[in-house]
Amino acid sequence: MSLALDIGSWLLFGIGSLVLFIGALGVLRMPTLYTRMHAASLTDSLGAIAVLGGIMLQAGWSLAALKLLAILLFLLLTSPASSYALANAALLAGHQDSRSPPENGA
Amino acid sequence: MTILFAVFLLTMLVITAIAIVRTPDLFAAVMLLGIFSLLMAANFFVLDAADVALTEAAVGAGISTVLFLGALALTAARERSSLAPPRLALVVVLITAATVVYATFDKPALGDPNAPVHQHVAPWYLEQTPVLIGIPNVVTAVLGSFRGYDTLGEVFVVFAAAIGVLFVLSGDRPLSAVFRPKDAPSTGGLKHHLIPRIVGKLLIPFILLFGFYVQFHGEYGPGGGFQAGAIIAAAVILYAVLEGEDRALVALPEPVLKGLVAGGALLYTAVGLVCMLLGGNFLEYSVLSADAVFGQQLGIILIEAGVGVAVTGVLLCIFHAFAARDNPA
Repeated sequence: MSLALDIGSWLLFGIGSLVLFIGALGVLRMPTLYTRMHAASLTDSLGAIAVLGGIMLQAGWSLAALKLLAILLFLLLTSPASSYALANAALLAGHQDSRSPPENGA
Repeated sequence: MTILFAVFLLTMLVITAIAIVRTPDLFAAVMLLGIFSLLMAANFFVLDAADVALTEAAVGAGISTVLFLGALALTAARERSSLAPPRLALVVVLITAATVVYATFDKPALGDPNAPVHQHVAPWYLEQTPVLIGIPNVVTAVLGSFRGYDTLGEVFVVFAAAIGVLFVLSGDRPLSAVFRPKDAPSTGGLKHHLIPRIVGKLLIPFILLFGFYVQFHGEYGPGGGFQAGAIIAAAVILYAVLEGEDRALVALPEPVLKGLVAGGALLYTAVGLVCMLLGGNFLEYSVLSADAVFGQQLGIILIEAGVGVAVTGVLLCIFHAFAARDNPA
């Protein structure tokens, strides 16, 4: 049982680390603000779920697991909201992606 | 592993510090300062100083960023470039840095049990806290009781900061003119931004609950008035951002805020004076109850409440004073 838990949590850690790495790479390599935010949002959601899930498997049924669950819920609520706020602020501030196709046929 | 982690964090800290100094964009500098504080908090946690880490995260990374942004709204967003390179300053900084680095050679190694700091009063605190005060968190015992004078001084520093900010921002006008006038048109907050508004409103009760948990759990775990005050103030500031500053001022009006600032400091001092009236020394909580240990606990709870109230009031006063400058009356 404990071996299965260990394998499961290592699997989750692996997935989480991979997702976080891809997200970080995307933030560095993507050309524009919005595509970078898209890459960062990957780390916010799937990366956080995988890593925190892995720690939760290690923690077992305990208060620590409950706290981790609370942190996960908090992250799942706040990071999309802050991503939205960032994108919205960029849009309102008149930020234009230099590579975005011209609109209105202009 | 811990050493590796600490070295990584410290390296990031140095990189962030250099970036803060180098960037001419003040908005970016404020964001970097937040990152700096968060790294610092992680560092404190690696060093097993959970209480300090909590303070750094709540005050440094949380509230300070908001206050800096409020201040930034009053000034330009970019640093003015100075023409002459500051040669004298560079020399002074280099000499100071060399002196500090030289001084660290005499420092005992990290975690050395024979270091003077671990041999002086710390063992006494560790031994006597369960006997005299009977709470598990030694940090709270030291902060609230053994070194109550220091903490009283800190509360009055915070108190003085609020008064200073209010006076500087009011200028020639009366002090109450710093705050938003009641008849000013409502800013409306983020009324048209559904997602942040809903998520934020969902979180506010939990942030408040966590603030009170930190306030009242300080005897058992990391926490206390300073951290709790910052967290509660953050919840109210979030409300002000979402719903408009006027609504936050309806919930906690200006006289209430001023009362919190003065009342918190007053509560702390009053506890000390009551101790004197009951025949003890200033802030000697043992006389507060027939049972000396219970008296200590009662005293710590009361002064922590005073700290929390004062910090909440001060942070909200400063926030409102900055925010009201957007629409000068």
